[in-house]
Amino acid sequence: MARRRSGHDLQPNVSRRRFLTGAAVAGAAATGGAPASALAATPPDPAAAQRLPSAARPSAMVAAAEVGTPRALPAGAKDGAAGSDFMVDVIKSLDIKYLPCNPASSFRALHESLINYGGNTSPEFLTCTHEEAAVAMCHGYFKIAGKPLMTVVHGTVGLQHATMALYNAWCDRVPVIVLGGTDLDAAHRPPGVPTTHSAVDINALVRDFTKWDDQPTSLQHFAQSVVRAYRFAMTPPYEPVAIAVDAELQESTIREEGETLTIPRYIASSPPAGDANAVREAARLLANAERPVIVADRAARTADGMKLLVELAELLQAPVVDQGGRMNFPNTHHLRRPAAVIAQADVVLGLELTDFWATVNSQIDNGDNDGHGIQETRVKPGTKLISINSVELHTKSNYQDFQRFQVVDVGMAADAEATLPALIEAVRSAIPNDRKAAIEKRGEASRKAKEEARARTLQLAAIGWDATPISTARLCMEIWPHIKDLDWSMVGSERQMSSWPSRLWTMDKHYSHIGGPGGYGVGYNSPAAVGAALANRDLGRFSLNLQTDGDMMYVPGVLWTAARHKIPMLTVMHNNRGYHQETMHVQRMSNRRNRVAYLGKDLGPLGTRIENPDIDYAKLAASMGWWSAGPITDPKDIGPTIKKAVEVVKAGEPALVDTITQPR
Amino acid sequence: MHRFVIRAAVAATAALALGQAGVHAALAAGSPEKGKTAFIMHGCFQCHGTVGQGSVVTSRGKVLYDTQLPIEAFIGFVRGTNRAMPAYSEKILSDADLTDIYAYLESLPKPADYKTIPLLNQQ
Repeated sequence: MARRRSGHDLQPNVSRRRFLTGAAVAGAAATGGAPASALAATPPDPAAAQRLPSAARPSAMVAAAEVGTPRALPAGAKDGAAGSDFMVDVIKSLDIKYLPCNPASSFRALHESLINYGGNTSPEFLTCTHEEAAVAMCHGYFKIAGKPLMTVVHGTVGLQHATMALYNAWCDRVPVIVLGGTDLDAAHRPPGVPTTHSAVDINALVRDFTKWDDQPTSLQHFAQSVVRAYRFAMTPPYEPVAIAVDAELQESTIREEGETLTIPRYIASSPPAGDANAVREAARLLANAERPVIVADRAARTADGMKLLVELAELLQAPVVDQGGRMNFPNTHHLRRPAAVIAQADVVLGLELTDFWATVNSQIDNGDNDGHGIQETRVKPGTKLISINSVELHTKSNYQDFQRFQVVDVGMAADAEATLPALIEAVRSAIPNDRKAAIEKRGEASRKAKEEARARTLQLAAIGWDATPISTARLCMEIWPHIKDLDWSMVGSERQMSSWPSRLWTMDKHYSHIGGPGGYGVGYNSPAAVGAALANRDLGRFSLNLQTDGDMMYVPGVLWTAARHKIPMLTVMHNNRGYHQETMHVQRMSNRRNRVAYLGKDLGPLGTRIENPDIDYAKLAASMGWWSAGPITDPKDIGPTIKKAVEVVKAGEPALVDTITQPR
Repeated sequence: MHRFVIRAAVAATAALALGQAGVHAALAAGSPEKGKTAFIMHGCFQCHGTVGQGSVVTSRGKVLYDTQLPIEAFIGFVRGTNRAMPAYSEKILSDADLTDIYAYLESLPKPADYKTIPLLNQQ
């Protein structure tokens, strides 16, 4: 906890003197945004000084201080600078580019330092209308940029808003740096709201789904904790971290007596790679398998990850099932295959799987088996299972995102991408010469199966081609000609659209899509898309977001953030006017209990539809500064509208097209 | 799945016993217009789409526009299902409604060959 001065020390002379020093620092910084330590102090405004209340008659020393000129700060020194200025120096040392944030009094000092002392660059403050949006923007940004962002929240109510988004980031293995303002000194903090918004341990709220947290009690402690937190967050498994920031620590001045503050240098930790013996055993199984299958979920952390996975798959001519947590494997490759191939496998290699149990087993939610549903294995008896998963290095007990337990034959608590180079070399050495022809033959069969599957998929897309509401396959193919020649990146989730984009479009870059929310917390997609689009903006890429209506309505204010900060992106609404997943769940339960689902006046069980009145998303977007069009009900109108919207986005603005669609 | 196959086989056998005339009579009794309404109001479209196009997510890719089933087999499937789809009892969805739904599904036009749709032939 920051040291409060005693009541004896809180005499007007001392307080006044501190104010003058602080005012000099702030005023100087405001002139050019340069660090206070490099600037000379400027005289205070005497008129402003006279307006300040005084609890006691000023002494001669105080009177002199009030009208005098404070001494200049020595160049390069921190003496007299605000504590929150030093915090900004710490943050800047980590090269964090943006800070999506909703403002709050518990970090007012840090906020002031960020925009005045820090010059509002690295990080640049991005105004958000909800903490959930701020965290989800950090989430989406990381999945494109590969670098974390920071947000600052009110320690209680703001963190409460942020929790769902933090849980998504936790489940999706994404680092987010969260600072939470709090005022710890119960004897001195202001009564009322600041006290209501303080807690003894704000991070308790998110400790179950953050990798590490701390509550620094000095500025030096803050520096060490923030750099430590960043390092933990950025070592696989990537996870969010939280640091409580005491208001007193922010608002204090660095002691004139000469507290030497240092900022520890950030050195990235190497990711954990698999043990050599386990790698050798995995290679032996894969090299000698008749039908090996590779399943990847969050395997490719970077562009290199995709290349490595392609190399391993081609070496074995093994089909790859991409579960889509990340863009792991090109969908154009002949070895990219659907999950059905797992049933034929004799060896399954699982790379950073969220749920290995559900990869090799199925559960049908039909009430059989005393309500547990049907649970069956997908694989043949004797199939060998290999797992490489960094999450095993860091799990917690309360939240159950670690999923059901699956026995594996070779398990590596290690980062898949970091392990792949050694595994590739081990497989290369382990493949017997007499198996090479059989392996090549496997590839030919996969190529043929892939071509046949492509034709079937295209024919399925043709069903309901002219239907209204618009089929999701038609919607995707109306968009495709307008983006396919751009350097595009899909920044939203596609699963709600029957995964048509990855079934129909060419996706061969590591940023072709960014996966889903991780924790399936609704309200992720629209803000995460804005965050990812922000990263794409800096890389010169075109961002496309396929956006469901239910998700949009959680934090629609993020549309304003995108317009305010000139984040270009095309959002196409998949507007099925319902919480479709829940529609099906309530229908299923009604049937199971032999009751007719009550619809009210809607087209689905009461409480699951978003209609009567229907929401006009084009007007919603326009009200927040977006170019917009729709709602479109005739599929023939989609193409021309998308064409106009793409031009708007290419000119640097966000655009939204609302389309009324089939449920999935 | 096995249960569905058995039910469908039994129903198909029954349909054969009835003869094609019986099937056509049942089909003629159904109203495609009423069937479309029932298909929507009973929530069939939520998983199967309004024109039976299905989804890899909600209907495991099952397409309904051309069921290839006689009506008895169709009704038998809805009552028992393949265990993944929730079963609809007669209390929830009457035989009369199912007959209309069947007529609606049978009335849906055959989709165009994808090779004739330019947007499905882009690279």
